Amino acid sequence: MKRIVKKIGALAACLMILVSMPGTATVANAAEIGYTYTFDYWGDVQYSPDAYEVVGVYSAAELGLDKKLSAPQGMFIYEDYIYICDTGNNRILEIRRTGTAEFEVVREFSEFYGNVEVTTFSMPTDIAVSEDYFYIADKNNNRILKLDKDLNYVMEFTKPLDETFDQELTFLPSKIAIDTAGRVYCVATSVNKGLIKYEADGVFSGFVGATPVTYDFADYLWKKFATKEQRAQMTNFVPTEYDNLYMDYEGFVYAVTTNVEEADLDNGSADSIRRINMMGSDILIRNGNWYVIGDIHWGDGGGYSGPSMMIDITAFENDTYVALDKTRGRLFAYDDQGRLLYAFGSKGNTDGCFKSPSAIDHMGYDLFVLDQQDCSFTVFTHTEYGKNIIDAIDLFQDGEYEASGNAWQRVIEMNGNHDLAYIGIGRALLRQEKYHEAMEYFKLKWDDENYSKAFKQYRKEWVEENIVTIVCALVLVIAVPLIIGKIRKIKHEIDTADIFTRKK
Amino acid sequence: MLVSLKNNEKLKRYGKSLKFAFYCLTHPLDGFWDLTHEKRGSIAAANTILIFTILARICQLYMTSFIFNKVYWPEINIFLYIASILFPLALWCVGNWALTTLFDGKARLPQIYMATCYAMLPYPLVQFPLIIFSHMVTVDEAEFYSVVSTISLVYAALLILSAMMQIHEYTLKKTLLFTVFSIFAMLVIVFILLLFFSMISQGIAYFVSIVREILFRM
Repeated sequence: MKRIVKKIGALAACLMILVSMPGTATVANAAEIGYTYTFDYWGDVQYSPDAYEVVGVYSAAELGLDKKLSAPQGMFIYEDYIYICDTGNNRILEIRRTGTAEFEVVREFSEFYGNVEVTTFSMPTDIAVSEDYFYIADKNNNRILKLDKDLNYVMEFTKPLDETFDQELTFLPSKIAIDTAGRVYCVATSVNKGLIKYEADGVFSGFVGATPVTYDFADYLWKKFATKEQRAQMTNFVPTEYDNLYMDYEGFVYAVTTNVEEADLDNGSADSIRRINMMGSDILIRNGNWYVIGDIHWGDGGGYSGPSMMIDITAFENDTYVALDKTRGRLFAYDDQGRLLYAFGSKGNTDGCFKSPSAIDHMGYDLFVLDQQDCSFTVFTHTEYGKNIIDAIDLFQDGEYEASGNAWQRVIEMNGNHDLAYIGIGRALLRQEKYHEAMEYFKLKWDDENYSKAFKQYRKEWVEENIVTIVCALVLVIAVPLIIGKIRKIKHEIDTADIFTRKK
Repeated sequence: MLVSLKNNEKLKRYGKSLKFAFYCLTHPLDGFWDLTHEKRGSIAAANTILIFTILARICQLYMTSFIFNKVYWPEINIFLYIASILFPLALWCVGNWALTTLFDGKARLPQIYMATCYAMLPYPLVQFPLIIFSHMVTVDEAEFYSVVSTISLVYAALLILSAMMQIHEYTLKKTLLFTVFSIFAMLVIVFILLLFFSMISQGIAYFVSIVREILFRM
């Protein structure tokens, strides 16, 4: 009887193992090829819980449109309205978000009213929206249109008639951004002098933010000795073209470019993401351990090769920003110091993956990604994990350090491999003047700068507390040997003194 | 009784020769001359200094504040780490001896080893206190640390130079020349070793593949 029971038990155990096998296999698999990841201090990829989850993927069918979208290029979000440039169909869609996962098409328009020759669009590639106006990059009509909200023509921005602009070039505006004063910044095809800037009245006021020209000395020398024909074959030392831009809440322009050399990205001499101020200089903070270039390791695998190619960017009001990589369909979120918060996304057919992403924008903290090949947009919203990270950053910026530390603590509970969480707690403790505890957190994640800040304060406190002991110790170390020496000397003098020897 | 007395004598001599390392530290020319010519150094003392040097390097790896010492532990191999001192030292001694013995160098191989070890004394002497010091400074004061650390290395290098000059009875010019030559000799030895190892592994691979082939055919 006992044996039978044993046998049944063994059989049951075997069965259980068999049943549980597929489950364990998928879990292991998920950990290996994670969707979301960050880099640690050493640059190793650390997979993390998902920071964003998909709300839904919306194509023409979900939105109730008759005509399928065709290669949509541009997207802009204004309050709860989403504007999409349906480039291939020469139309603009105005979509309203009515619920978390509910969208309704308010209008779709492919022409406007006004006293101009052409009142239709030809390959509209981007749109920007202010309170009263639409700005549309009407690419193949060589103009940027300014329409009011009832689609009446207001004015247009055309090819700059200026000697700094190459007049032989066809003006093909591809991406635009507007500031609060109604100035227009434009990225145009084959223009490498920076962003084209127009005043609100349509006057071209110059280029801003050209990338600094870099070349290495060997190339320069080589070029000096080359013939004219050879020189024509070589690459020119010219600034790079931008691919896209985003106007943030402070009026600074985030610009991205894909015209970067792999080697330059690798050694840090090229930047694919820049933040441009009024003077046209790059003010993006790069305090992280790694360059702000998306993936820091890349190879040839799975049909993809080369570094991340940023084609669009969006920035939140806490100075964190998310860049969109077209090489592998990934989104990279950075904090205000240029440290990677999380990266996620992939190429593919499932929700949360893209075929060929073309634009990104945000509504609140929700992310919208437009896919030009799939002809749809994907809506992402924060998971609890992602929300905690953003909360921690927001709270820190608001000066609520203790709450920020608690938020980071919740992040650590969900993902013990997130370096920024430890540093975040450390920084919160530092502001609360708990220096010794802060030091421990910084030490764990190799943050020597912050560690030193905490240590400096801790050292000061320690010295102030122990000043008596230190002085006593110093006195002992210096004075005692002196006294002993003195005594010995006196003793020696007495021993060898004449009065005693004479008596003997 | 007699044995213990003899041991005591030995110990005394060892202590004296170890103490002499400090004299060499402050009197590099005079000290290293006496080291071999007056037989005031001993191999035992040299071994002791070498052990302390290796210990200093290991302690530095484990105990220095992370500000100066960020270690990616998965890639650390302690034996390779120890070999990073022993291997160049062995190469140096052999390379130097092989050359100087042909060019009027007066020192024998053990003496070259002894003098080199004696000259390494500044390294453990400075590095041990530096480990403690590293826990008292911030990033802004890191300069002090690196300057002192560099001084210890530079001083050790200068001592090696003067040691070679004295034990071989060379002029300064000749010493410098043969230091450069010794480094070349080291490179040549490394090259030959690499060649040797790759040849052997090729040879073994050849026979392994023959055996495999035979097994496969059978």
